[in-house]
Amino acid sequence: MLLKRFLPLVAFAALVLLLVRGLALDPTALPSARVGQPLPEFDLQVLGGEYRRSASQWHGKPALLNVWATWCFSCRVEHPYLLDLAESGVTIYGLNYKDDPAKALTWLEELGNPYAETVVDIDGDFGFDLGVYGAPETYVIDAAGTVQYRHVGVVDERVWTEQLAPFFGGGP
Amino acid sequence: MKLFRWLLLSVVLCSAAAWGVIETYEFSSPALEARYKALSQELRCPKCQNQNIADSNAPISRDLRAIVHEKLETGATDSEIIDFLVDRYGEFVRYRPGLDRNTLWLWSAPLILLLMAMTVVLLQIRRDRASAMSPVQEARAEALRQKFQDEGSQ
Repeated sequence: MLLKRFLPLVAFAALVLLLVRGLALDPTALPSARVGQPLPEFDLQVLGGEYRRSASQWHGKPALLNVWATWCFSCRVEHPYLLDLAESGVTIYGLNYKDDPAKALTWLEELGNPYAETVVDIDGDFGFDLGVYGAPETYVIDAAGTVQYRHVGVVDERVWTEQLAPFFGGGP
Repeated sequence: MKLFRWLLLSVVLCSAAAWGVIETYEFSSPALEARYKALSQELRCPKCQNQNIADSNAPISRDLRAIVHEKLETGATDSEIIDFLVDRYGEFVRYRPGLDRNTLWLWSAPLILLLMAMTVVLLQIRRDRASAMSPVQEARAEALRQKFQDEGSQ
């Protein structure tokens, strides 16, 4: 009958464990539905260029795809770090999301351009296919063009080292 | 006058559900409009926590509403529209998730809880039955009661 007496305590302890574990979960974490799938097809104008790009032309080496816009405040915050990353040899493609291309060009002239290439997605159609729900978002695309990871929010040194760098073999 | 005030109040309260949505869509048929309403209540805004796309004024919800409207007008079925969005935003966008490995516990929880409750009730009933007196014990108890009563009255 000892077991019976302690049963409520055991049940309580189990519940506490479950709830404490629940506290540690991040309710805003939303894994991208595109992870493990090829980058969705697109055919978009390159910012500041007279030519277009499609998904397959970005294959060949692992790269970051950074979703940004001039209306996005956090993009301005992460911009200097993207410049550092580009400097250290990481290929970063830009997706100018629902923005005015003229403003976007001015932004790059003023703040510097970390992007190997930026495609212009005025209507957000490619962003929609990719599952973008805000800016900034940063995707890891591997050499075969498969989406490996999505980070929502600002990329900084910590995000790079802990989450993104492993996809680049630990470093650029 | 009083009636008018009540009427006004009820109109204001009833329209609360429509406050979140800014834009209005024209539908070619009332049936489509009804499906639009149902779908936008059932689809979850990916940007905001715990709001459906009908209530949310986040830009992404506006986009999703536009897509639902467009797909409805081009003749897509409800499940086609939901699948289209799940492909891009994951199961997260559904307030009524499908049955898969992750949601198995979620869907089976009511059944499991019901079974647990029934087991407890059955055990309780059995215990009550077991502790009840047999007819022989009942008769003996009655005899004893009678005896004490008789002794008391003397």
